[in-house]
Amino acid sequence: MEYILHLAIIVSIFAILGVSLNLVVGFTGLLSLAHAAFYGVGAYASAILTRSYGWDFFPSVLVGIAVAMFAALLIGLVLSKFDGDYYALASLGFSAIVYSLFLNWRGLTRGSLGLPGIPRPEIFGMSFSEREFFLILALLCLILVYAVSRWIERSSFGRVLKAIREDERALRVFGYRTLLFKLAVFVMASGMAAIAGALFASYTRFIDPNVGLLMDSVLILAMVILGGMASLKGSIFGALFLIVLPELMRFVGFPDLVAAELRQITYGLILILLMLYRPQGLLGKYKL
Amino acid sequence: MKISVQQLSKHFDGVHAVDGVSLTFESGTITGIVGPNGSGKTTLTHLLSGVLPVDGGAVVFDGVELTRVRPHEISFYGVTRTFQSVRLFEQMSVRDNLLVVLTERGVFASLFERHGERHLKRAQELLLRVGLSGKRDELAVNLSYGQRKLLEIARVLAMDPKAVLFDEPFAGLFPEMVKIVVSVIKELRDRGVTILLIEHNMELIRELSDHLVVMDAGRVLAQGEPDGVLARGDVIEAYLGG
Repeated sequence: MEYILHLAIIVSIFAILGVSLNLVVGFTGLLSLAHAAFYGVGAYASAILTRSYGWDFFPSVLVGIAVAMFAALLIGLVLSKFDGDYYALASLGFSAIVYSLFLNWRGLTRGSLGLPGIPRPEIFGMSFSEREFFLILALLCLILVYAVSRWIERSSFGRVLKAIREDERALRVFGYRTLLFKLAVFVMASGMAAIAGALFASYTRFIDPNVGLLMDSVLILAMVILGGMASLKGSIFGALFLIVLPELMRFVGFPDLVAAELRQITYGLILILLMLYRPQGLLGKYKL
Repeated sequence: MKISVQQLSKHFDGVHAVDGVSLTFESGTITGIVGPNGSGKTTLTHLLSGVLPVDGGAVVFDGVELTRVRPHEISFYGVTRTFQSVRLFEQMSVRDNLLVVLTERGVFASLFERHGERHLKRAQELLLRVGLSGKRDELAVNLSYGQRKLLEIARVLAMDPKAVLFDEPFAGLFPEMVKIVVSVIKELRDRGVTILLIEHNMELIRELSDHLVVMDAGRVLAQGEPDGVLARGDVIEAYLGG
């Protein structure tokens, strides 16, 4: 049961990341590889405030969101001038800078030693130490992020994001300052990623610079593409699929000697087949 | 409101796409622009609509120098356009293609806006006007070529424009669709809209143009009353090859 609760918590955290990244990648068509960096920023900000300064979890999350959004605003000002492959490359560069900061700003992050002993959240004296309670908290955060994203999707703003994805230059002819829309969605999505980061840090009670690694950005991107571009529900399914599938494969009964390798190969094959036969993703309506 | 173009220039790697062009487009008038391929017609519309920055010269509309305002702000003055290769928001519905044009332009205003009855009603009126009301929920990418052109025309109408730059709006249209576009262009002219019409179909140019400009190698070769201009020897030589 503990194992299932653990998986559900991880799925919820990654679903938050998938839903928020979908706003940037799926809706707006900006291939960001920096999402995990903002997840890391949220994780570190919250962890440092709760662990070193004795802050409560919830105010620390708010600060984490603010720090991530401010960082996103600065980097977004640069990124929003790019599109296509250049956007992806520039966001990759930012991701590398953040990783380097986590690793080398030892006075704040303790570098590669990481930050152990991050306290679990408490509210009105009630601790979220138990996995059941933590899952409720993670699910509440997911519902909040989903509701905000859905609200964005249904607004005129959401329609403009899709139009940017389709033809940014044509949209400018109709009076839209597209740079501001790209910047706004990037900042909002980064704030949401920070929530996931704070949850992760308080759940695992330990973080190190690997929390904002490029591989996490790629995993989140895979969740978005697999679940379906511009489909918020798809991102939740994508997270469920990519977190749970490798775990399920532990029970397939491969020979012990080659079990790990066979699991990886099968996992990769399933993803390739899905992209071949369902390129728009599980719940998506269009292809990348 | 008239558009004045003064000594407008655009070069691409040494090629003079538009070379010191000076023209005036009067309001409530259709100005046809013709010329061989590569003569600079489309580049001229790109410069007027802010899609491309100018290398030199000025575009003045209603007393405002459009070449000094930011590209996305040009539409605030009522100037809009169609594209030679239709540019729709492909993976969006026909109705959403119009709603984008009908709703708020600001980040915060649009974030707190849901399209309402008045937007839907206006979109429906526009779709009826161009004969696409039955296609409103279809993705733009699934429309035929002619339908795509009509949707682009509807998007122009949604802007409630003061000046429109039509770049080959009749290319590839069936006769019934041509009739719709002709009636839309005439209706806009009658409302006092300034119209530039780039077109290769000489019959339509003669029918619609009040004033005709012939371009060749980025320059204005001739301009004036359409029948007179098209009868000139240098125009026949440059445009018709002989």
